[in-house]
Amino acid sequence: MSNSSQNFENGLEDAATTVAEFDHHDKGFVAQFHHALHTTPALVPLIVLIAAIVVFGLLLGSKFFSPFALTLILQQVQIVGIVAAAQSLVILTAGIDLSVGAIAVITSVFMGQFTFRYGLPVELAVAAGLTAGTLIGALNGWLVAVMRLPPFIVTLGMWQIVLAANFLYSANETIRSQDIAAQAPFLQFMGSKFKLGGAVFTYGVVFMVILVIVLAYALRSTAWGRHVYAVGDDPEAAELSGVNVKRTLISVYAVAGLICGFAGWALIGRIGSVSPTSGQLLNIESITAVVIGGISLFGGRGSIVGTFFGALIVGVFTLGLRLAGADAQWTYLLIGVLIIAAVAVDQWIRKVAA
Amino acid sequence: MEPILKARGLVKRFGRVVALDHCDFDLMPDEILGVIGDNGAGKSTLIKAISGALSADDGEIWLEGQKVSFTSPIAARDAGIETVYQTLAMSPALSIADNMFMGREIRKQGWQGKWLRRLDRRAMETFARQKLSELGLLTIQNINQAVETLSGGQRQGVAVARAAAFGSKLIILDEPTAALGVKESRKVLNLIQDVKAKGVPIILISHNMPHVFEVCDRIHIHRLGRRLTVIDPKDHEMSDAVAFMTGAKDPT
Repeated sequence: MSNSSQNFENGLEDAATTVAEFDHHDKGFVAQFHHALHTTPALVPLIVLIAAIVVFGLLLGSKFFSPFALTLILQQVQIVGIVAAAQSLVILTAGIDLSVGAIAVITSVFMGQFTFRYGLPVELAVAAGLTAGTLIGALNGWLVAVMRLPPFIVTLGMWQIVLAANFLYSANETIRSQDIAAQAPFLQFMGSKFKLGGAVFTYGVVFMVILVIVLAYALRSTAWGRHVYAVGDDPEAAELSGVNVKRTLISVYAVAGLICGFAGWALIGRIGSVSPTSGQLLNIESITAVVIGGISLFGGRGSIVGTFFGALIVGVFTLGLRLAGADAQWTYLLIGVLIIAAVAVDQWIRKVAA
Repeated sequence: MEPILKARGLVKRFGRVVALDHCDFDLMPDEILGVIGDNGAGKSTLIKAISGALSADDGEIWLEGQKVSFTSPIAARDAGIETVYQTLAMSPALSIADNMFMGREIRKQGWQGKWLRRLDRRAMETFARQKLSELGLLTIQNINQAVETLSGGQRQGVAVARAAAFGSKLIILDEPTAALGVKESRKVLNLIQDVKAKGVPIILISHNMPHVFEVCDRIHIHRLGRRLTVIDPKDHEMSDAVAFMTGAKDPT
């Protein structure tokens, strides 16, 4: 029975075994470059970063190209860098977190008010702030993963809720820098400086660098990290191939909230005081760093190291143009160009060249 | 002989549509069971109920005599049921090795695995490469290349290899040859025979009658949300099967 119907396969006996192939020697520079970008997405922002440092270094000389100025950039981007790391995790899952800035601010207010209003030990107040950040993030994650609401809507709402709660709770009151320095210097710990030669570092900068290294490791070399990419790539496929999509999503938003808590702590160190009106631009700035860093807004592609470079690029442009005496609007204009260029490059990388 | 997988009276409704209407199902050990039926007969729903992708409104399922009720594909997988979905369920941007071990990654031995939860990439890559070459299905040089850089046939091969490597009780293949050319189809059919030879029973859902009649030991014909009959391909013509599943003829 089967033989009579399968006769057409007899033609396979002498079939050629070669597969359609491209000429490999034909692979030009562009194709190789394309392949390199496809496997290492952080390459583009790295090249832009190095180019920007070289250009500003040549234009401005030692004014820019000094340990002091270069580490000043690190200090200026530390808050955005930390928040952008949180944003990267969420965007890798094809989501977006508009509440990152608000979470950072409210956790800094919690840390300050718990110390000064309730007289809690300052370490406990910091821990409470970090916990609050984690819980708000987890709530975002629960709404996205379990209630299946779009991340944009959830975090847009959470942004307003958290920001309003922040003003209501703090009664729009700033805790002065002198008071913190006198009574609870631990709140300013992330801002404490130490010098290595002419270079000036803060613990916030050190934290940002360690955070990027830890997250890069976790995303690359742990099952959790692989699941984050799989969920961002195709949540249904991830679910069917055995990933707990809901748990992964909730954990991502919760970790993002925790990182924003650390950003809130670093924010106190950076500005010295606890101010409920600080950090208003962190949302947009963090998304900018992520996009320039080459992480795809469609999820599943990109690396956290790219985000770090993205944040540094913004910092280099900002300081470089200011030292060059240019109008600050030039910075925004150039960053706008970079954002669009970065997305265009992302689209180009996605055109797969096998 | 006791069936390895048995289902009785499965019911599944989607709103007013009845996808499964008190459906029964039996899979014997060491067999390849074909499942055929017209579009909309409820084959996919039946398979999803067995593989845990959705849970039936009513009815019971037994695996090796134990009553089971899967709430997720992960639960079915943990029980030893592997499914190759028509969509293949792979993450295109991740590597072949990553995809094969998705959700069951191997951690390194010692403190790195215990405290840093570090994955043992080398072990996973070696295993993946070995499984792929065992099947002789692929000409893949690099186990770390992204799945999106593979051809359709190669992707199918990776998905089947994944199921064959981990399926301990039974394997479900949903239209494994639908997207393949003649040569690739032949390889997948041989592969199905290989898996059967290892003693793992297979459920094969397909629209391709010659393929079903060639490899299957029994054929479950699904019609209007329930099992119409089970036939032996040696005793029937393909035209009979088509007549049964379309309702042109009643099985006697």
